[in-house]
Amino acid sequence: MIDLLALSPAWWQETFLIKVPIGLLAVLLPAGTIVYLYLFKAISFMQSRLGPMEAGPYGSLQLLAEVGKWIQKEDIFPSKADKFVFAAAPFVVLMSTFLLVVIIPAGPDALFVDLDAGIYFAMAVSSVSVIGILMAGWSSANKYSLLGGIRAAGQLIAYELPLILAVVGVVIQAGTMNMQGIVLAQAEGEIFGWGGIGNPFILTQFIGFVIFMIAVQAELTQAPFDMPVAESELVTGYLTEYSGIRFLLFFIGEFASAGVFSAIAAVLFFGGWYVPGIDPASQLFNVIGPLILAGKMMVIAFLIFWFRFTFPRFREDQLQRLAWKFLIPLSLANIALTGVLKVAV
Amino acid sequence: MSQLPGILKGLKVTFRTMMKTLFPGGLLKPIPKPSEGALTVQYPHVKEAPPPRARGVIALHEGNCTACMLCARECPDWCIYIEGHKELAPPRREGGKPRQVNALDRFDIDFSLCMFCGICVEVCPFDALFWTPEYEFSELKLADLLHDKERLGEWMETVPDFEEYEDGSEQKVRKVPRS
Amino acid sequence: MSITSESDQLAYIASQAADARVNVEVETDEGMTLNLGPQHPATHGTLRIIVKLDGEKVVAAEPIMGYMHRGYEKLTEVRTYPQVTTLINRIDWLGSFANEVPFILAAEQLMEVEAPPRAQWIRTILFELSRIANVCLFLGDMAVQIGATTPVFYAFRDREFVLNQIERVTGGRFHPNFDRIGGLKDDLPKGWIEETRGALNRMQAFCDEMEELVLGNEIFQARTRGIGTIPSDIALAYGLSGANLRASGVDWDIRRDANVGLVYDQVDWKVWTHPDGDSFARFWVRLQETREACNIIDQLLGTIPSGPIMAKVPRIIKVPPGEAYVATENPLGEMGFYVVSKGDLTPFRVKIRSASFSNMSIAPWVLKDVFVPDIISILASLYFILGDIDR
Repeated sequence: MIDLLALSPAWWQETFLIKVPIGLLAVLLPAGTIVYLYLFKAISFMQSRLGPMEAGPYGSLQLLAEVGKWIQKEDIFPSKADKFVFAAAPFVVLMSTFLLVVIIPAGPDALFVDLDAGIYFAMAVSSVSVIGILMAGWSSANKYSLLGGIRAAGQLIAYELPLILAVVGVVIQAGTMNMQGIVLAQAEGEIFGWGGIGNPFILTQFIGFVIFMIAVQAELTQAPFDMPVAESELVTGYLTEYSGIRFLLFFIGEFASAGVFSAIAAVLFFGGWYVPGIDPASQLFNVIGPLILAGKMMVIAFLIFWFRFTFPRFREDQLQRLAWKFLIPLSLANIALTGVLKVAV
Repeated sequence: MSQLPGILKGLKVTFRTMMKTLFPGGLLKPIPKPSEGALTVQYPHVKEAPPPRARGVIALHEGNCTACMLCARECPDWCIYIEGHKELAPPRREGGKPRQVNALDRFDIDFSLCMFCGICVEVCPFDALFWTPEYEFSELKLADLLHDKERLGEWMETVPDFEEYEDGSEQKVRKVPRS
Repeated sequence: MSITSESDQLAYIASQAADARVNVEVETDEGMTLNLGPQHPATHGTLRIIVKLDGEKVVAAEPIMGYMHRGYEKLTEVRTYPQVTTLINRIDWLGSFANEVPFILAAEQLMEVEAPPRAQWIRTILFELSRIANVCLFLGDMAVQIGATTPVFYAFRDREFVLNQIERVTGGRFHPNFDRIGGLKDDLPKGWIEETRGALNRMQAFCDEMEELVLGNEIFQARTRGIGTIPSDIALAYGLSGANLRASGVDWDIRRDANVGLVYDQVDWKVWTHPDGDSFARFWVRLQETREACNIIDQLLGTIPSGPIMAKVPRIIKVPPGEAYVATENPLGEMGFYVVSKGDLTPFRVKIRSASFSNMSIAPWVLKDVFVPDIISILASLYFILGDIDR
């Protein structure tokens, strides 16, 4: 698209003036939309009520009001808290989210960085948020936060494995770890010789998709896996001592992660910016690609939040049992099956 | 259907509720109108009317009150303040002697103390106190919650008529005195 | 009044204060002390539970009650009988009509007056309506303690219809203050029976929704099956009552076995028990009891006899000297009032046997060797209301 405008900016101009603002926007805008549409409105409709209606038309500016409220609060430090670690924890979590968005392609040329090990980079970076949560839980000098941090550590590490193993099936089928390559493999693939709609991996990797969604739910500590933030027991767990802007950063991080993981799922399983019928190399996709990706992302995010609002939460040991005894063997079987079918068929 | 795992059935319940709230006219009329489908009302734009017997606030019909002090005595919170004096009223018919009546000086109910139990209304032998379903009388100052005689008399306009009873009842429907 | 020396008094105060250790962070002898303190989202009010943890397993648990003590039994000594009726609405504030009934029945026993049949019918109907209002909230509330945020909204939504019906008759949604010695305060308004049938239909639909959304949910079952199992002999020994007892397999219901003054023998209904005695059984029994209550009210609505609503009682109520104890099957369990009268306007002494106080007494026994999340689910399934524990 930069070629369209016949500009040739320098490396630093391209990064800091174009890519960084767009990257920030690409994380914050979907996060805000998800918060409004799903957290305020969809949960209200599922509970026969209306949700926020006063701030702006149909309550659309409620998020702005909430942000303003959090920003003007007093910055409270527990007296026994480890100051540096306490302050740094939200930034660690946010940093991993912002780094994740770097590899998501929104069109044939509309991407930030074209890494050959795209999905590998994503999985590695998403694990960094675990450290942030542990830092938050430990440095708060509060028994409830400590319990929440311990639970979070166990849960997040346990569910990293099914997440990665589910992705491996996709990688085998696509033949590449490059995100753009995965999209093109779905666009140009064929199902039993028919290339009409390409080969969206949701059809062949359905088990992988289910495992991925369960693992994402656990990575985001959403119900039914929200033991670390079990509100009725631990008063928001590792987040208990955070208030004001720091809480806002965690909040943004949670919903931005939901958006980013949904986008990754859209790319991996639903074809990303591609819709069947248009030539994948056309320039049209650079314009409508981001919109298509956003649409698919919202659909998958709805799935995440639908589960969150409906199900009660697992106990910690049941969580672990589900991950280690059920999800990991299943994903290993999925990889084996994919490998066999890829070679044989 | 019963063979589906329970988690999927639970998802169906929440999804169905969401659809019912968004599209109250059913799926044949796919225009989202959640303010109709939701079971909450947006107070203060829309107000629900409480039933006629609802215990909102107490009204005083001064003409019936004889300052007998029964309500003030029976109130569990002692929130009714009554002062009265005896005076001579004109005789009922010509040539009779003047009657001694109780005249009401002060009749205050302190609604910051009131439990809204209704013992005063029930115990009044002369039908001077009535319930009304009015509930919007919040004040900024606590002292303004002490309603005096005039204010209690104004509440009389909002007292609804007593309802009819179900079949089989032997109660008689009382009348609200409207002056 | 005993005369104790000042040093004795100080020693007593010091020992009590030592119990109120709120600032102890970590104790290394028996594990970490966690204070599920008076302000907590999980406890239904101001209940404090001191829990000693070993990692995530509970070693010992101790409930501290009394943060909401309002002095009811002392208050009743200086209030007349109608005023006492107003006050005791507020003991179990969710099913508040049910609190008035045992007290009124005890006073009626002392006065040797019996309410006319129409009053008894309507009293039973309102009693069962308050049971529905109370247990409906429990069904949503236990789900939210386990983690599902949506069922509690359905519970509040469908409970509104029952509360509206109670308001139509009595004038108050939460504090009806409707029972009187000798009958009821007023009769039913026109159209109430039809509207109540509509509210009951909604309640049946709600019970079906709860069954699909919560009871059938595998995650809920994994959280509650086998958790907090109370065998029937332990339940009887600790004085549990109500649905907790029936969920442990004991077939005892005061409405059927020791009924006083209410008309359950005129209705065809069933007592639900469950052999397991775990948290799942307690939820299941209460769900079935809600459906059964709808069934009872439906039958009663069709057969209300005509007649007066109040027996002949004097205006100023002076109860003859004597003592009487009446217990009824309240939504929370067995609630009993022991009324001692010396012939005055006010009772001489009223002892309130509240269900939740006895239900909570099993907490130290049942919370041994469970995980921290299970504390919440067990306490939620035992279902207490703080006003009922502390009075």
